[in-house]
Amino acid sequence: MSTEAQGAPRNRTLKWIDDRMPIVSMTEHALYYPVPRNLNYLWNFGSLAGLSLIIMIVTGIVLSMHYTPHTDYAFDSVERIMRDVNYGWLIRYVHMNGGSMFFIVVYLHIFRGLYYGSFKTPRELLWWLGVVILFLMMATAFMGYVLPWGQMSFWAAKVITSMVGAVPLIGESLTELLWGGFTVDNPTLNRFYSLHYLLPFVILGVVVLHIWALHTVKANNPLGIDMKGPQDSIDFHPYYTTKDLFGTGVFLLVFAAFVFYAPNYLGHPDNYIQADPLKTPPHIVPEWYFLPYYTILRSFTDDWWLFQILLGWWGMEAKLAGVLAMAGAVAVLFVLPWLDTSRVRSAKFRPVYRVFFWLFVIDCLILGWIGAQPAEPPWTSIGQWATLWYFAHFLVILPLVSRVERPRPLPHSISQPVLGGGAAAAAAPMEASR
Amino acid sequence: MADTASTDAAGPHDDGAGRRDFLILAGGAFGAFAAGASAWPLLDSLNPAKDTLAASTTEVDLSPIEEGQAITVKWRGSPVFIRRRTEKEIADARAVNPDDLPDPQTDEQRFGTGAREQWLVVVGVCTHLGCIPLGQKGTDNKGEYGGWFCPCHGSHYDISGRIRKGPAPRNLPVPPYAITAESKLIIGVEQPKGGHGGDTA
Amino acid sequence: MIRSPLRALHRLLAPAAIAAVLAGGAVPAPAFAAGDAVAPKAVAWTFNGVFGRYDYPQLRRGLQVYNEVCAACHGLRLVAYRDLAAIGLSEAQIRTIAGDKEVAGEPDEEGEPTVRPAEPKDRFVDPFPNVQAAMASNNGAAPPDLSLIVKARGGAADYVYSLLTGYVSEAACKKQFKDSQGNPLVPAEGQYCNTYMSGHIIAMAPPLTEDGQVEYEEAGAPPASVDQMSKDVTAFLAWAAEPYMVERKRMGIKVMLFLLLFTGFMYAIYRQVKKDVKGSA
Repeated sequence: MSTEAQGAPRNRTLKWIDDRMPIVSMTEHALYYPVPRNLNYLWNFGSLAGLSLIIMIVTGIVLSMHYTPHTDYAFDSVERIMRDVNYGWLIRYVHMNGGSMFFIVVYLHIFRGLYYGSFKTPRELLWWLGVVILFLMMATAFMGYVLPWGQMSFWAAKVITSMVGAVPLIGESLTELLWGGFTVDNPTLNRFYSLHYLLPFVILGVVVLHIWALHTVKANNPLGIDMKGPQDSIDFHPYYTTKDLFGTGVFLLVFAAFVFYAPNYLGHPDNYIQADPLKTPPHIVPEWYFLPYYTILRSFTDDWWLFQILLGWWGMEAKLAGVLAMAGAVAVLFVLPWLDTSRVRSAKFRPVYRVFFWLFVIDCLILGWIGAQPAEPPWTSIGQWATLWYFAHFLVILPLVSRVERPRPLPHSISQPVLGGGAAAAAAPMEASR
Repeated sequence: MADTASTDAAGPHDDGAGRRDFLILAGGAFGAFAAGASAWPLLDSLNPAKDTLAASTTEVDLSPIEEGQAITVKWRGSPVFIRRRTEKEIADARAVNPDDLPDPQTDEQRFGTGAREQWLVVVGVCTHLGCIPLGQKGTDNKGEYGGWFCPCHGSHYDISGRIRKGPAPRNLPVPPYAITAESKLIIGVEQPKGGHGGDTA
Repeated sequence: MIRSPLRALHRLLAPAAIAAVLAGGAVPAPAFAAGDAVAPKAVAWTFNGVFGRYDYPQLRRGLQVYNEVCAACHGLRLVAYRDLAAIGLSEAQIRTIAGDKEVAGEPDEEGEPTVRPAEPKDRFVDPFPNVQAAMASNNGAAPPDLSLIVKARGGAADYVYSLLTGYVSEAACKKQFKDSQGNPLVPAEGQYCNTYMSGHIIAMAPPLTEDGQVEYEEAGAPPASVDQMSKDVTAFLAWAAEPYMVERKRMGIKVMLFLLLFTGFMYAIYRQVKKDVKGSA
């Protein structure tokens, strides 16, 4: 990594260490690396996501010391944690709600990236690593939800793993491989536990790469223009460290409000009933953060005209189409840098894109809302239109808009956001001492 | 946070005022308190849980045990040796001068007097490195002092469970226990004041 | 795959519909069968709200109702007898309640299974040895364990209380409710009609029917009306589902206050730093 800017430490012991492993200058780099001076509070969510990951790993490790991954004991061992382990209820509620907090933060982080064009050159790799993290988070969250072995745990596991059966030819064998049996059972629970413990550390590794890429290409900013010199940037420390700590306080307030006063608000009552493989709850819903994908999955029915036009002709089953669409809903983010070809990053200067961005946000909310409704009219058709819009946004609207739209003129630089100067420009000379 | 403050002072941003130093110090204190306060529940969760603590007494019916007979029960996951001693064994145990012992203790200090004295109750875990001494069965090697012998490293215990020879540093520990009027032994609780055991001859 | 003639059927047979979802992926998931769930009655529980606390005398009355009425059919297997100390029972009272039940002991010298009286450390003993026995004794419907019933139902304590007090006569049932075909709802033999049960048909006979059915022992207890007994046992079950709730809410206040201070301080530091390094606050 680029350590030359900071130079070697003066202290002899630190220098000795640094000559052998540049951990000191790397820390210096991390603290004093230049960040655009105009980041708004939406840029807090990256560090909050990191904090969420750490909270989840720490509480998860402690929970794993009390949890028993066996179908006969899993449910009771979780209740033993709640009732008998010292502060067990606290640790478990933090972990349980921490998953939701992590997703809230990450979704806001992603929408921020979409609004300000953080996926565009030269940040494609940074963006991809983020999408990989999202995939890994989804897998981890799903498997973690199975561990308490409640009714929703079991039936979520059953429904989601059954999706693998949609794969042509080998679907059935693949499902049995995944289950380690003929249905979701003890072998499934065991391997989910193992993977639920492993994947967060994989996420941690990808997060390191994500931050590495970030430090190489530097942060995007609300104007979406590059930093042109020291007058445009500010050292990460102490300005953004203190800003992040303030954001952390606000985040923890929201987090604590859930943990202490609405710990089960985001959960489902049925998960306090032990798993019963012979009885399905009347109304299966996934956790809120999966609801939009769930709607996309359910939208593909035999009688949906879009399905009939696009895929039915080719002999594809609706089940497979739904599964592919669900995976595609996230995977489409990978190709986003080539779908949105506008050279202007920030939606601030893209009047047309901005409208479609907000329509997309509304669409995602509708998808989430429909995911919690029973699959019957009129919800089904609303969900199908919302699904259509979701993919149209990426595959049709973005390529068209980026060609047709006339962006507003960009400012000269970050320190002079308004042509002809302004408050920030007046402040710039004060930075000269740096 | 303290590190941060000192780095700052030496670094290129040394244009702060006293107010800023105060804020950073106070903020650092807040942060340190928060870290400590959140570490405690995590650490305390590793302590024995409520069910573990509740299961930490063991009840034994003493009535079928004959004089000179020994039984072993499990208490908190470890063996407890219970022996109804004969008059001779009690006399032997009391004949020893405690000052000659590696871990001086009289038999009375260990097991009391009266009806209680015939019951030997010790945790059967060698105080050296945690092996289980032999001597509960008639055919066992009871060691040179007729009590227990630890086969791992050769510690000899007498009929009061006291270390007499070998590497073990201390006597076999006496757990807290109570004997009820119905000859029930409860290991894990102290004999209640004015209770039974000491005065039912 | 699955066409409309079957649709009416899925709504009746949830498992069949789910099997269809698993097999076909694209069939509507089952809806709430009767679709007309009634919102439970809102009760001003002492444990509601940020400062909510359990009313321990009420919990003890509720325990008595549970023991004398519910325990014949419903288990409470996640609660230990020792936990009752938290609602104010003495060691002797706990030993008496536990001692009435038997649990499996260590096998004897011959290897024969033994039983021993339950002790405070044991969890509540189930009324039936297994789920098959529970079903056999209850017209095929195993009574659910009540340890988590308040957390396991939408509407929580309000729902449980409403259910206990929500039985209606067969005549009223026919008048008020319809089955999935739109015909007046008639409970079958061994079934009862309840306003708040999903589908309005319940296999549990009304458990609390007469005032004074349970004789409250404690001095100062209110008259044991059906309504009072229902409230008391519901409060007890709310405690059984979340015995650490009071500790949770109490700690929450401290944590929230600390975080408010922390956040305020961090904001002050941030503003100060902003002034220092950016020259504007």
